[in-house]
Parts: sequence; structure tokens; C-alpha cells
Amino acid sequence: MADLNSTGRVVGIDLGTTNSLVAYMQGDAPVVIPGVDGSNLVPSVVALDPPAPGGGRPTVTVGNSARKSLIENPERVIYSVKRLMGRGLEEIQSELKMFPFRLADDVEAGEVPRIQLGELKFTPPEISAYVLRQLKRNAERFFGAPVTQAVITVPAYFNDAQRQATKDAGRMAGLEVLRLVNEPTAAALAYGLDRAKAGTIAVYDFGGGTFDISILKLRDGIFEVQSTNGDTHLGGDDIDNLLLTIALDEIHAEHGVDLRGHPGAVQALRKAAIEAKIALSSEQAAHFDIELPNGDRYQREIPRGVFELFIEPILERTAGPCKRALADAGLTPEQIDEVVLVGGSTRIPAVRQLVDDLFHLAARGKKPHTELNPDEVVALGAAVQADILAGASKSTEEMLLLDVTPLSLGIEALGGTVARIIQRNSTIPASATEHFTTGVDGQTNVAIHVVQGERELAADCRSLARFDLKGIPPMSAGLPRIEVKFLIDADGILKVTAREQRSGQAAKIEVKPTYGLTDEQVESMILDSFDHAEEDFAKRLLIEARNEAETILAAVERAPQSPAWQMLTADERAAIKSAGDQLTTIKQTDDAPAIRAATLALDQATRRFAELMMEAAVSTAIRGKTMSTAGDDLGDAVTAPHAMAPAEFK
Amino acid sequence: MLKVLDTAVPVACWSCSIGHNDSTLFCPHCSKIQPPPGGDYFSVFALKPHLQLDLPALEHEFHRLSRKLHPDRFARALDNEKQWSLADTALLNDAYRTLKNPLSRTEYLLKLVGSEFDSSHEGKEEKAARTPGDLLEEVFDLNMQLEEMRQARRTGEEDAALQASLSDAKDKFTALLEAVDRDLLSEWKVWDEGDETARNASQKQLVALLDRRRYLSNLVRDVTETLGAK
Repeated sequence: MADLNSTGRVVGIDLGTTNSLVAYMQGDAPVVIPGVDGSNLVPSVVALDPPAPGGGRPTVTVGNSARKSLIENPERVIYSVKRLMGRGLEEIQSELKMFPFRLADDVEAGEVPRIQLGELKFTPPEISAYVLRQLKRNAERFFGAPVTQAVITVPAYFNDAQRQATKDAGRMAGLEVLRLVNEPTAAALAYGLDRAKAGTIAVYDFGGGTFDISILKLRDGIFEVQSTNGDTHLGGDDIDNLLLTIALDEIHAEHGVDLRGHPGAVQALRKAAIEAKIALSSEQAAHFDIELPNGDRYQREIPRGVFELFIEPILERTAGPCKRALADAGLTPEQIDEVVLVGGSTRIPAVRQLVDDLFHLAARGKKPHTELNPDEVVALGAAVQADILAGASKSTEEMLLLDVTPLSLGIEALGGTVARIIQRNSTIPASATEHFTTGVDGQTNVAIHVVQGERELAADCRSLARFDLKGIPPMSAGLPRIEVKFLIDADGILKVTAREQRSGQAAKIEVKPTYGLTDEQVESMILDSFDHAEEDFAKRLLIEARNEAETILAAVERAPQSPAWQMLTADERAAIKSAGDQLTTIKQTDDAPAIRAATLALDQATRRFAELMMEAAVSTAIRGKTMSTAGDDLGDAVTAPHAMAPAEFK
Repeated sequence: MLKVLDTAVPVACWSCSIGHNDSTLFCPHCSKIQPPPGGDYFSVFALKPHLQLDLPALEHEFHRLSRKLHPDRFARALDNEKQWSLADTALLNDAYRTLKNPLSRTEYLLKLVGSEFDSSHEGKEEKAARTPGDLLEEVFDLNMQLEEMRQARRTGEEDAALQASLSDAKDKFTALLEAVDRDLLSEWKVWDEGDETARNASQKQLVALLDRRRYLSNLVRDVTETLGAK
């Protein structure tokens, strides 16, 4: 019964700046799982309900219902939190100017910033965890079974801290994050699923808050990323904010009203700006018509041409990364066979024109791919990757994603320069081994400063972590030889191990991530630890017990098709049938412990059958297996029963 | 000079306990994944340490091994298998990245056989390294022109003559670079096919060619950047 928990469904999640989605593989096609309201998109908006009258902790709402509070209660709502993930205090100052959120007063330098939401404070990963938990619940409702494992997408250009923050958010939401997948790569997976072709493709992913470009080579189901580039703070948000700023300035100039002090009015105006932006993708002009607090009306027509002039500097910022990605891949625009458009901002005609110019598409009689909904394609790709990881499906067994690290990894050397140890665009996992020594006799500590980025000076790169190698045996200066292995894993996250080679001692490493939460902090922020109500708990227990029961019953139903069935005695078969009938009856009740007991009884009754089947399958007898572990051998992959998923509540 | 590369020592498989040699990624008996083997990057692909490589075959082998080793294939495996999949795949990727590029492959092999030269950590400073003697004069002129060009750019001037002269210089140095590449190719053959004496001589040749190539390629990059800057 080793790892039974690990055969449940793995879902794919697109944790977006503006919207988030959860998808799974239905047969051989990925599909998005809708929420209770029937909508596929869950707005990445988190709101705190008004303070509870009894003084208890106020309820947190997520998605469309939270978005409704934006105008009424702007100080209790947060959105676009992805832009704050994994960033330090000084980094988010300029970001915060664009948004109505306020930092908590007591945030100190070096801490993960906390945002004041009503009377409570949250770190960005906690806010994301609420969005993730909503998606998890949507999936659990859809399957009628618990979901504990997920693939989550991140912008390809996310650095180590941003990736770690995303993983932390998953853990807080009660999800084991099996893999972080880069968004453009996920989109390529979604597109590549139904066309087994070879070629070079570029994925231009312009979303709500981030921009990525990735260039991939496809061959025999292998998706090999050649290069990636981007800007993790460039997206549709910037267009919204630009339109908003223009409107606020005009209102101030023409009507003498400064709305900047009225968060509700700003949000209403922001909503109008977004609507204008969307309209301009299909109309030649959009109109603002807003009633101001003093009774005046702000009326303004924006022709598409003017809009395009406004946003040109923003769109132009995507061109540089595209050119650098091409250069890093050693390719010319003509060598790109296909371009895939991802993200809501690629609906803007001017963006499509820019892409056409960058990759010389029209000139070559080509069009970018937009067949899959640009809002959904990343989640669909995440579901494909989830299916690859689950490893049980024919449709994805030939597929493999080989991604790269977007940023070079370096160590601060003497004089503040950077010694690069892993170059950007290296296929991950990637590793580098470096040797360090001491500078002073008897020195027992060595500090290593690891940075990410392409600049020559450490101060211009992004500090990733400071490693303190401790417990070096005291020797003369220069004598110790400490071997440090840096390894970037398949999620793009750095792992470090160190060993003193002369003494053979494993050096102790103390890691001080420059940005990010400690393990203990994450643990204390696990959402269920404070708001998993007793009743909720019982409900989950019941869902899980029923799920286990159904799994084993499905397996028993198929048992007579197995040759092993014929080897059982009539009594043994009768015992299985009786235990099965009993479980079928008890399953209807709400008594989780009774369902579990009956499931266990059936599991015991099938023990010999499972053994026989295992013997048939492999020549060596494997003792102690029961129906649940043999389950995978019972049927074809798609309908094969999940093994029992034991509840792991602490 | 070539060190004995066969450092394989028999070890026992963690899963089936049958001994096997240390250069294997999978147990020959039970097929389970093994911790990263000793040995060099060539041995990851079961290749002899040679400079002439069949690149399509290398890529094919890289893909074949990736399919078997990648952490995606071990998402639900035992913890130790996950660890080894990660470490083995990192080794595979490092090896492929090093070997597929002709320059890093040459540098790697030279280091493997004991050549000492400065190839680590790409940075701008390394340009300051020795200028090849036959190029001293031309490089001096070129640097003057580059500086003039940058100066002109800063003041917004367009000097067509200077531009043309730099363009010519770029073509010239690019041609020199291509000549070095041809020399490298023939030197690879010498190394791969030669006996120990031939290899010793070839090794010195290769180190010199790599130094010259690095110098020229930095130069061409600088000219291209200066010409391309707006």
C-alpha cells in the first residue's frame, strides 16, 4: 500500500494575472473544468467579506463574486497579485503605484511584503493560494473526489523566487505541485497534441501581466525549447493603467475633479477602460461615458488609431525579447515555421500586426495560430503536462517537454563581478560544480552569493540567495576544497549541495533566500490550518471514502474478465460478491467510517485474487498485494480504477 | 597524456543488488534507474572521446535517453528514483550541451586530457587576453575606429566613410574567423586519428586555435554591436 495517494487525478492549473483556470485530460483531449457559475475563467481576484458581527475571521471570497466588491469595497479586494509574487519590498513600490493596494505598515526590509486587506494582512503567495484553493474546489466538485496534485503554469521568464513563491502558494492551498510548467511551453503542448509534426515554432504569450516568447523545436513528440525571453511585468494591465491614467488626467484637467482619492471611482473608471480596450479589438472606436461625483459626465471617444498610438510603446517592449530569443536560438524569423498566439492581449489587432512584422508571416503567406482560445490554451497545455506526469495515458506517452532556464545563474566573485556558472537557455535540469576555498587560516565558514541575470555586476543582477557553508574543518587558508553543486531542477528552481573534499565532510549549508518565505512560514500559512471547519472536514472525509469505495467496486466489477478469476474457488468468489454487495449498500449512507470498513473488508476478500493476478502478470509472486495495488493491471489505462486514496489528515 | 577514462568500478544495484559497472544509467539486470555514473560526458552517450561527432546521431541519442531519464517519467516514483532521475538528467543535459557545440566540445576534451587554458566564465574582460601577434596592427586600427564610431553615435553623427570602413573590417575578421573554423576541423581529424605523438602536437595546436577563435569572435561581436546600435 506504498503510495496510494499518488494515483489520483493530476489537474493542470493556469494561475494567471487576470484569470485562472483548471483543466484535466478527458480521454485524449484536455478540457477546462467550469466553476459553480458555469464559467471557465475564475478571475484572480480575492476579496474579504465585511467583518463578521461576532468578531470572527471574515470570509474570503474568490473570483467573480470577489470582483463584484471591487467597486463597492475596493480596500477589501486584491487583484493582479501575480505581479507581486516573489518580489522584494523595494521592487514592488513602483508596481503598487498602479494598484489601489496598500502595504501593511509593519513590513520590514528583507521580509516578504504583506498587503493590507481590510483588517488583515496577506503575503502574495497567500492571496494566490486562495485562488488555487478555489480552483481545487471547482475540480473536486466536478470529479466528486479530492484533488491533491497539480501542475501549475508560470511565465517562462519567472525567476527562481517567483517560481518558489508559486510553489509555496500551491502548498498553502493543499496541492502537491508536481511540476511548474512555463506558460508558452504549455501552450505549445496544447497545440502540439493533435498534430504530430516536426518544425520550429515560436509562442508569443502576451497576457494580463506578463510577456513571454519561447522558441521550440518539435520532433517525434519531443518539445525542445531552444530559447526563451520576456518581461514579467508587461501585459494587458499596463494598457488598462495607461488608459486609466489618461482618463484620470483628462477628468482632472477638464472637470477639475481628481478622482485619485476615490478608490471606488477609480475602479469604475478602470472597468470602463478595460471595456474600451476590449471593444477596440473589434470596433473602430470606443466610448467613455462616465458620471463623475460632481454630476458632470466624462465623455470621450477613442478611435482605434489613437488607441494604437497610445499603446505603441507598450507593444514595442515585446519586440526586443522576441529578437533576443531568435538570436539566442541562432535563428532568423524565416526559420520559424509556426507562430502561436497566447494570452488575452493577443486579441488586439495591433499586437497581431506586430507579430506579423517580427516573424515576416504575411510575406511568407502564413498566419499565426489562434485556433485555441488564447485565454484557455495555457490551462489546456497544463492538463496535457499533468497527464504526461501521471504517466497512465496513451495519448501523451510519446510526449516529452524539455524546457530551459530563462536566466543565467552566477556567483558573485571578487570585486562584485559575476562568474556565470549556468548560462541562460540551458536545458533543465542543469547543473554546475564549483570549488571554493578559505582565505584565512582556520576559517570555518564560506559565504556564497548566488545571483540570476545577464548583467556583468552582481549588484545589477537579481540576488537569489546567500549560502553560508558551515562546519569546514579548520585548516590553513586555501587548503580546504569545498565542492558545491548547483542544480536547477525541472521546475527551474535552484538546489545546492556542498562537500568539503579533503575531509569528505558534507558542509552544512544555511540558505538565506533573498526573497521568499521559509519552510516554517509556508507551513504556518497553509490555508486549511485556520479555516478548515469541522463540518467541511467531515464532508471531505465522506467524499474520499466514497471515492475509494467506487474505485474498488469498479475493479471488482471487471474482475471476472481476468483469467485469475477462474482460479478462485466458488467460496472465494461468493465472499467477494458478498463483500461487494455490502459495500454497494453502505456506500449510499453518510457514514464515512462504515464505508471505509466495508472497503477494507472487500479489499481483504480480494487479496488472493489480487495475488493470482499479480502472479499472472509478473512471474515472481509479489506477496501482500491486495486488490487496490493490483488495480492498475485490471483494465486499460483510461478506465483503470484508481487505487485507494487514503485520507491523510493530520 | 590521455588519462585512462575507464574508471568504471563494479557497484551493486540499489534495487536488485546485482553488481554492475559504474558507467551505467540503468541496471542491466532489473532496468531500474541508477545514480549518476562516473566517467566523462562522452561516456554518457557511449562515445569515445573524439572531436568529430555525428550530430544528428547525438541528438537522437539525447532524445532517446531523455525519454527514459527525465523527471517527468518519475513524477510518481520512489523518492530515490526521483533524485537520480533529476541528477542523471542534469548530467545528460550538461553533457549534450557541452558536446553538441563544437567549441565547448573541443575545450571539454582538451581539459579532459589535461590542457590548462582559460575558458571558464564568459565575460567581457577575457577580450583583454593576448592579441594574436599577426593581428596586432589591424586590431589596434579597428579599436580606434570602434571608439570613433561610438563617439559619433553619442553625438548623433552619421559618418558614412567610417561605417563603410567598419563594415569592411567586419567582413575581414569574419573571414579570418571562418578560416580558424576550417583549421579546427582539420585539426580535429588529426587528433581523432593520430597516435600519442600526433595528439600531443595537435593538442597544442587546438589550444592555440581556440584562443584565436575566441579573440576573433569577440572582435566580430563588438563590431557588429557597434554597427547595429542605433
